[in-house]
Amino acid sequence: MNSITSQSLTTLVKNIKNKKLSSQEVTKAFIERSEKSKDLNAYITEDYANALSKAKKFDQNPNFDLKIPGIPIAVKDLFCTYNVKTTAGSKILSNFVPTYESTVTQNIWNEGGILLGKLNCDEFAMGSSNETSFFGNVKNPIDKDLVPGGSSGGSAAAISGHLTPITIGTDTGGSIRQPASFTGTVGLKPTYGSCSRYGIVAFASSLDQAGPMAQSVEDCALLQEIISTYDPKDSTSIDFKRNSLSKELTREIKGKKIGIPKEYRVDGMPVEIEKLWQKGIEYAKDCGAEIIDISLPHTKYALPTYYIVAPAEASSNLARYDGVKYGFRSKGENLIDMYEKTRSDGFGEEVQRRIIIGTYVLSSGYYDAYYLKAQKVRKLIKNDFDHAYKKVDAIITPSTPSSAFKIGEKTNDPVSMYLNDIFTVPVNLAGLPAISIPAGHDTKGYPLGLQIIGKAFQEQELLNIAYALEEKINFKNKVNDWWIK
Amino acid sequence: MDKVNKQNTEYLILRNKKAYEVIIGLEVHAQVISKSKLFSSSSTKFGAEPNTQVSLVDAAFPGMLPVINEFCVKQAIKTGIGLKAKINKKSVFDRKNYFYADLPQGYQISQFNYPIVGEGSVIIDTPIGQKTIGIERLHLEQDAGKSIHDMDPQNTLIDLNRSGVALMEIVSKPDLRSPEEVSAYIKKLRSIMRYLGTCDGNMQEGSLRADVNVSVRVKGSKKLGTRCEIKNVNSIKFMQMAINYEANRQVDLIEEGKLVSQETRLFDTKKNETRSMRNKEDAHDYRYFPDPDLLPLEVSDEFINKLASEIPELPDDKKKRFIDKYKLSSYEATILVSDYETSKYFEDVVENSDVRLGTNWIIGELFAVLNEKNLEISQSPISAKNLSKLINLIKNGTISGKIAKTIFEFMMDGDKDPLKIVEEKKLKQESDPKELEAIINKVIHDNPDKVKDYKSGKTKLFGFFVGLVMKLSAGKANPQLVNDILKRKL
Repeated sequence: MNSITSQSLTTLVKNIKNKKLSSQEVTKAFIERSEKSKDLNAYITEDYANALSKAKKFDQNPNFDLKIPGIPIAVKDLFCTYNVKTTAGSKILSNFVPTYESTVTQNIWNEGGILLGKLNCDEFAMGSSNETSFFGNVKNPIDKDLVPGGSSGGSAAAISGHLTPITIGTDTGGSIRQPASFTGTVGLKPTYGSCSRYGIVAFASSLDQAGPMAQSVEDCALLQEIISTYDPKDSTSIDFKRNSLSKELTREIKGKKIGIPKEYRVDGMPVEIEKLWQKGIEYAKDCGAEIIDISLPHTKYALPTYYIVAPAEASSNLARYDGVKYGFRSKGENLIDMYEKTRSDGFGEEVQRRIIIGTYVLSSGYYDAYYLKAQKVRKLIKNDFDHAYKKVDAIITPSTPSSAFKIGEKTNDPVSMYLNDIFTVPVNLAGLPAISIPAGHDTKGYPLGLQIIGKAFQEQELLNIAYALEEKINFKNKVNDWWIK
Repeated sequence: MDKVNKQNTEYLILRNKKAYEVIIGLEVHAQVISKSKLFSSSSTKFGAEPNTQVSLVDAAFPGMLPVINEFCVKQAIKTGIGLKAKINKKSVFDRKNYFYADLPQGYQISQFNYPIVGEGSVIIDTPIGQKTIGIERLHLEQDAGKSIHDMDPQNTLIDLNRSGVALMEIVSKPDLRSPEEVSAYIKKLRSIMRYLGTCDGNMQEGSLRADVNVSVRVKGSKKLGTRCEIKNVNSIKFMQMAINYEANRQVDLIEEGKLVSQETRLFDTKKNETRSMRNKEDAHDYRYFPDPDLLPLEVSDEFINKLASEIPELPDDKKKRFIDKYKLSSYEATILVSDYETSKYFEDVVENSDVRLGTNWIIGELFAVLNEKNLEISQSPISAKNLSKLINLIKNGTISGKIAKTIFEFMMDGDKDPLKIVEEKKLKQESDPKELEAIINKVIHDNPDKVKDYKSGKTKLFGFFVGLVMKLSAGKANPQLVNDILKRKL
């Protein structure tokens, strides 16, 4: 591996600020590696020429006061980027070029970031394996037969394979944390309302949240500090005091109370996941944290609740893709025929499945039994956390019930695919921040992640705990560059 | 309608010795006066080139989010206060989902279970006195764009200028009983909103339109009949025609032993009939649910009170004050408060002149001219200032009422100052008793026979003498003085 692409974001920033590296050198290195990594299928759109010219421009007139000066970054293709195609992994947007920029990506460019390209993801972020993308599946840098997780599979593969020093994903039910866990990387889902949703292709508005994906907790903290801003263009954005997360980052977590929820010991959970969890608990103790058993009694309802709320919102959010204004359109005999053909041809199977589920649960006669009930249960799930947080500062669970699975293994079994989100969805339903950090390997040598769930708006405390555990765990990712010939 | 009982002030449809009562409820869609749209900053100006007032939000581009326009919220609350309605401190925006080419989001943002304004009322004047019409609710919602079917032989064209414009849907209770009441209700509602500056009520531009719910029942029955909803009627006249047609259609059905089916109908203005659009079975399932892009709308008492303090005097209060302060009749007051501009014109006139004369001149001469020329009071050729001057000239005896009418005609040419006209045209009233005596002496002297007849009891001849005096003075003699002097001399 090139000595530049193996560096963490924090190191690269230091080297650019100290003029040991130029933006062009760094940008070129990541472009070269990305070009050698086509087999991963991590990119949907490459923007290398522009990236190089931006890097050149930066070097001509560098501003080292910026937080990520001249750093190239590839982002999930769910973020609208000005003049750069934004597909959401879907055929229906395969020709869509925004005339605007999402707030989150704008924040990155404002701090000196340079767009490398747009990363593959599940279609409209609906999937847990990156296999629903119209642009093909992504391979996991850990092993060529493995999925990288999803929906931010391209982002996770790009981080794990060192195609970009850092990236952003979106997390509606686990779409940052699960792929981070599958690829041995760090992924943070911030508190709902922390990062603006403006300019992010919507999946489920009340659950969607953008977040950083990185090699380390430190890098994650730095990017989160950049992307989290109050944005009046998003009515659900929240104006709270935002910490200088990277500066205030500390491993001093002595006396912190960490909760262990018994309901996360699910049936059929592999022994190695249980072991990993136990290991995490020991490390937390080593750091001086106090371990407290807690109960989150409504956990078992989280997955069904999620699979009502998310499709309901999605069925409405995706109504705008009708072939009338932009994007893909099929010819039709009349308006209705055009709609039907456009949406049948333009959306993939999983997206259509969720639109149908969502339409069903909102239909008159079913609304009360499904959508309304799900909203009530969602409140109970949130109450569980509120109750627990009277006793503890954070909660530790496994990130996923298994390590990465094989490509094609679950594509014909949607329910088994949905079960991947079992530990991650309660967090989205409650709007809380959570991070997945790599914590070990299973017997096959595949990475496993631990999830730390924090209190709302307490990203600093969450990152501190992750930072402390990360040092104790001392995880080494096993990436052998198999895809580079 | 020959079958309608016209003697009675009640609107009843008579068939086979049965009298049917017509029950009407209105859902009025009133466009909010606001520079920008309900959830975006695009302009709302009427008549712009198609698709020139469309933001990324209005066209529903990926990742675009609605942000509530606070001004529109204020306008809705003000309207609620004007309707004496309960203002809901917490309301919720919902998505009403359906596909149509001029609905870019694939849903309309509206308010379903929790509207911003709850129950209120509107008082209307009917021939048999005042009647209170209940308001069920008022909610905020987005307008859709416009589909244009007749500009291209193959394609339907879409204009999104209107997409996202704020509407207030004002739902009445089924308290209306006749086309006349509907007319009075719409006019009153429009008047209140114009006073408030919350809706211009311009029906030609579509700023005010209504869905009309009509059902019939035998008079005296307590149970409501099955209703039909007539969609999107955009003039008072059409509403009245549609109700008339629809009510008779329903009575005919019942009399034939058939059932009225609940359905949505369309009014064909050319054929003057309503036609079925879709029945209950085909009704859309709008899959309403709270819009997750918007938080519930919460307003404080303080916010509401501040708006309440900005509410101007509304027609009902103004009418009461006009009757008390200016001693107007109820009829006069109703006319003068019907719109804010008229009431202001009236008060500007009578501020510096005689109230009684002012009232008569505005309702009489001025309105006749405005009607004839089809002008609004704001376009009046005579300003309030000059009309009050004219009235003062009459009041202080400078001119007679008759001369005043001549001057009034001259004033219409460029809002001329009546005093100048009096001077230029030498129309000043002759009020010098000596001058008048001279004329009167001449008249008596020239008509000795008539004087004799008068003195012998033919008092009717008094008018003859007055006429001669007026003629000799070219109409300028002060009639009161002429009377006094003539009586004394004769």
